[in-house]
Amino acid sequence: MSRQGTRGVDPRKVNGELFTLTYGALVAQLLRDYEDDDEVNKQLEKMGYNIGVRLIEDFLARNNSSRCNDFRETADIISKVGFKMYLGITPVVSNWSPAGDEFSLLIENNPLADFVELPPGHNNLNFSNLLCGVLKGALEMVQMDVDVRFVQDQLKGDNITELRLKFLRRLEDAIPVGED
Amino acid sequence: MASITKQKPSPLDKPLSKGKAEVNIATFALLFSEMVQYCQNRVYSVSELQTKLSEMGQHVGSHLLDLLFVREQGYKRETKLLKMLLFIKTNFWKTLYGKEADRLEHSNDDERTYYIIETEHLVNKFISVPKDKAKLNCAAFTAGIIEAVLNGANFPCKVTAHWHKGTTFMIEFDESVIARDKMVEGR
Repeated sequence: MSRQGTRGVDPRKVNGELFTLTYGALVAQLLRDYEDDDEVNKQLEKMGYNIGVRLIEDFLARNNSSRCNDFRETADIISKVGFKMYLGITPVVSNWSPAGDEFSLLIENNPLADFVELPPGHNNLNFSNLLCGVLKGALEMVQMDVDVRFVQDQLKGDNITELRLKFLRRLEDAIPVGED
Repeated sequence: MASITKQKPSPLDKPLSKGKAEVNIATFALLFSEMVQYCQNRVYSVSELQTKLSEMGQHVGSHLLDLLFVREQGYKRETKLLKMLLFIKTNFWKTLYGKEADRLEHSNDDERTYYIIETEHLVNKFISVPKDKAKLNCAAFTAGIIEAVLNGANFPCKVTAHWHKGTTFMIEFDESVIARDKMVEGR
């Protein structure tokens, strides 16, 4: 009697639809509780931030990645390792600013937004705002202060979902007293 | 035909995906953790917290029901109680959690009550329950999913999660479900 199904089950993976619908349930609950798109955006970003500061630990523990030399390398790692590992997608890195301190992540199939249709009257809602918080939180833990925001969203009728990341400054390591 | 306002896409215009996409368990666990914390901050007691988690689960379950029947059962809905429960134990569980549920049992002293027992349930994998809230079982979320799926398939019931042999989901059906099932089986 084989108890496991035909699909090779990886214990480190979870069904994507369960994840998507769970996220949807959370956003729906937030909308009921706050009744205001901007407040919900803020709340989602806060939750994302909390996730990001913990997720980076897992990320560093499982990847032998060393410190990035520049922001371009960071962008590549975020897309090809981070997104790939945690959401199973690889956003396209593009639209670099001439100074090299700002870029976009273009997302074609946003797993958070599967099955989602924004009801009328929610034009300010950034449904996937959690992502902004996650990126911000995770990058902050590796000493990078980065501004993250949505500029385009397929849910709002845009052709692509676009996240814009802008490097603000390098955070100084707060080293505990007595350590070098 | 050119409209000025941007056309919002409808999920119904896209073909139904095969549902093979997966995400990292850490992604799900951290999201779930945020949900539990959020609920926790808005309630006063453990039972309220479980109710809130169950409500979120119901939101998920009501969306899953059609998806699963269309994809797994070739558009056919189960009408017999036992078959429906077996569907939950096998296909449903395998799709969502990558394995069948460990056990399905019928209560000895109440014919309306069934149990699904899981030694280690996915959502509890990374949760350590604080001592002062020993009763809390965050699988109330999963209980909500099961409840919505059963209710949606017209088997009205109440599902709750308990700490017993791991996590036990107690399914208490409405009187009418049992009566109807006897009629159907009797034919």
